[in-house]
Amino acid sequence: MKSPRVLPGFPLALGYTLVYLALIVLIPLSAVFLKSATLSGEQFWAIISAPRVVSSYRISFGISLLAAAINTVFGLIFAWVLVRYRFPGRRIVDALVDLPFALPTAVAGIALTALYAGNGWLGQWLQLAGIQAAFTPLGILVALTFIGLPFVVRTVQPVLEDLDIELEEAAASLGADRWQTFLQVILPVLSPALLTGFALAFARAVGEYGSVIFIAGNVPLVSEITPLLIITKLEQYDYVGATAIAVVMLVFSFTLLFLINGLQIWTHRRHGRITG
Amino acid sequence: MSIRVQNIVKRFGAFVALDNVTLDFPSGELVGLLGPSGCGKTTLLRIIAGLEAPDSGQVFLDNHDASTADARERQVGFVFQHYALFRHMTVFDNVAFGLRVKPRRQRPGADEIRRRVQDLLSLVQLDCLADRYPAQLSGGQRQRIALARALAVEPRVLLLDEPFGALDAKVRKELRRWLRQLHNALHITSIFVTHDQEEALEVSDRVVLMNRGRVEQMGAPDQVYEHPATPFVYGFLGAVNLFHGRINGYQLQVGEENLPLAENGFQSGTEALGFVRPHELDIDTDLASRAGIEARVERVLALGAMARIELTGAMGEATCHYEVELPRERAAVLKLSAGQIVRLKPARIRLFASDSQSAEQAPYLPVEHMVGGYGENI
Amino acid sequence: MSAHVAARWTTQTRRFEKNAATREPAWVKAALMTVALLFFGLFLLLPLATVFAEALRKGWQVYFAALAEPDARSAMVLTLLVAAIAVPLNLIFGLAAAWAIAKFDFRGKQLLTTLIDLPFSVSPVIAGLIYVLIFGAQGWFGPWLIENDIKMIFAVPGLVLATVFVTFPFVARELIPLMQAQGREEEEAAIVLGASGWKTFWYVTLPNIKWGLIYGVVLCNARAMGEFGAVSVVSGHIRGRTNTLPLHVEILYNEYQFAAAFAVASLLALLALLTLVIKSFVEWQGRQSMHTSQNISEVIQ
Repeated sequence: MKSPRVLPGFPLALGYTLVYLALIVLIPLSAVFLKSATLSGEQFWAIISAPRVVSSYRISFGISLLAAAINTVFGLIFAWVLVRYRFPGRRIVDALVDLPFALPTAVAGIALTALYAGNGWLGQWLQLAGIQAAFTPLGILVALTFIGLPFVVRTVQPVLEDLDIELEEAAASLGADRWQTFLQVILPVLSPALLTGFALAFARAVGEYGSVIFIAGNVPLVSEITPLLIITKLEQYDYVGATAIAVVMLVFSFTLLFLINGLQIWTHRRHGRITG
Repeated sequence: MSIRVQNIVKRFGAFVALDNVTLDFPSGELVGLLGPSGCGKTTLLRIIAGLEAPDSGQVFLDNHDASTADARERQVGFVFQHYALFRHMTVFDNVAFGLRVKPRRQRPGADEIRRRVQDLLSLVQLDCLADRYPAQLSGGQRQRIALARALAVEPRVLLLDEPFGALDAKVRKELRRWLRQLHNALHITSIFVTHDQEEALEVSDRVVLMNRGRVEQMGAPDQVYEHPATPFVYGFLGAVNLFHGRINGYQLQVGEENLPLAENGFQSGTEALGFVRPHELDIDTDLASRAGIEARVERVLALGAMARIELTGAMGEATCHYEVELPRERAAVLKLSAGQIVRLKPARIRLFASDSQSAEQAPYLPVEHMVGGYGENI
Repeated sequence: MSAHVAARWTTQTRRFEKNAATREPAWVKAALMTVALLFFGLFLLLPLATVFAEALRKGWQVYFAALAEPDARSAMVLTLLVAAIAVPLNLIFGLAAAWAIAKFDFRGKQLLTTLIDLPFSVSPVIAGLIYVLIFGAQGWFGPWLIENDIKMIFAVPGLVLATVFVTFPFVARELIPLMQAQGREEEEAAIVLGASGWKTFWYVTLPNIKWGLIYGVVLCNARAMGEFGAVSVVSGHIRGRTNTLPLHVEILYNEYQFAAAFAVASLLALLALLTLVIKSFVEWQGRQSMHTSQNISEVIQ
């Protein structure tokens, strides 16, 4: 800690970092909390527990949770196939996994809507089966699954690539079959990455706006997500109301962020690599 | 249980890892597979374990053809070079793993598992570490846990891939002795791979020397050391001096000089290589003598009971390096100093025809290169 | 030796599948592949194809007309302008933050790293909201701004600020782990050899982080040009003035001009594809250099 600093530029770099961070992120974010502090406790509670608001939490958090769960299962399968199997076009598939990161959310939103609407490529088949996807909560699930897809794949993939083949060989030479090896040897090693990917996908889905509003239908109490409610309140110049709901979301996001960070530090400390 | 591999061939692309290898490993012995990096020894071990499939050839375990058997069915204990411990499991769970994954009918009860794991942990003298995680253990402890884990399933054969490769010199030496004792107690047919000749000679009942996917020689440690079958084995087991010359009756003609030969199976005029161990060379300071070969002393190292003398000689255009080991008293009598011209007299020369097929592959000179390790193997 | 190294590489990439002990039964493999590729087709390929199919539904003429329209043009210019300001700002920040965090030890480093990631966990809508609270008519500086006739919200500065916020961590989070992994020795050697701080950075650090830097900038740029939620809050949706491309897409879509909306969207989709191509190329480069150094170290052994 006290070793002399050989390299130059520390005060400048750190100073710039802190000032920029404060100006762009910390001070503006604190505005939310300061603004909501103008409310009394009862007023604050009244806003954040209004029936329409509560139902938006249920929709946003509930469907996000479901989407993240779907992504955890399919993301694991996806990562497995990409790492373990060689097939033509694998590189292209691998590159396109990041599409939801790169594609603007508005574009994703209108594309998914067109796809799942009654006359869309998929929508018409779903309609035949009696399923209405666009403009319902199911549409929200589709959009949130889309935007959360890369998180699990990209957190699990490197861990799977790093996984020592000798561990699986050891399990096999000790008599374990492939399924036992997966459950007892591979899955425990992957689980922190899976959990991290799940949490990242969940956090992203809860705050998501662009890809959802086109497909959701936005019916209050049925398919209205919390971020949309903030926008609605802003458009009605109800800044205080928008801010109060924003506080709820921020507290949730920050808690999740610190949990994810804690999880990563914990796994790093507990099981450092032991080979080599 | 005996192991037999027969006509094993294994290629990786254009690289031939094993070239028609046939070997018998007698029951109950500890055999060292020794050879330089890339000689195919680890590949052979993995084929015996069923972790790798040969391109052709068979593996017999106890005279039963096990070539098509899955790694799970072979009842082979395999200890990996980097231990391959499950880092999310405690030491206890690691050792118990093989018992717990058995099919329900064969699986011992929880108490039985506990008892057997405890027994194994005391066998490897680590009973107190049952609740630790692998990351909290030292390298030597991890290696012993890996061994205990392999032994837990009561394997018919124990295979160890560079078991001490990742450990430092002191721990290595300790574990070597310990492995020998353990084998004396258990008598499981065991094969271990190493690139360290000292390790192979010290621990094994029998040594197999491999080079470029072929078996060069198999025998007891003293036998292969004293009577190397090929130039490669000669060069690989310890330091050696090389004399390149032509057979002339009972003499090896090296440049202008002649070395007397005790025995000679070659015709006159044959190009031949003479191998002489450093301790088989004597130094003569009497320059009037015509016996031996002229050389110049470069350095005298007196360490312990032996003195090592490094010399150079001229062979036509090229300079060659020699190494001589003398008892310290003898070196003191000779009063050698750097720059001095002396004559080298071999007490024994082992001859190989210089066009023999493995001659160009043998790692002869400079001598120093044979003493060190060989890095990672394939 | 090189043949043996090459052989090792080809074996390792296929080792799992060739090796009976670590291979799944064929039907398991087939099932996993089917599930993954179905998921891929349904959730990634089809939406992407939809964008282009819908954009060209009424033919190329309508397509180009939608792109040539003045409002679309000004949206393009504005999008480029916003990205041209936001990306360099975050690039400089990323370099400064990574230099401080990776090359020095100080108290609170972990906290700082977490705080830099903060904007990723904030909903884009809230990212817009915070600037409205500060610079909006009822905000902290609202009255002062109105008095001096400065427009922040519903104007370009607001768009830039919101974009800077949502793209804030991109460059930094690429560079910090990369520079941490590379250590300090090379820079220290340069300083000991008498190089100045800037020279050290320019000739030693920058070449080492080149690919990571490009990677971060490309992702940052993609998000900056494509951001929707945050800019939607601060834009005010004034056509030809404060509409970026994604906002323009929304307006066209809400006016039922689907072909035009998808035509503009296809531009953004092409940008996304270009981003992915560059990203894959950069990753490939990074992997190449890693392989080369591994091969060399193996040969040395």
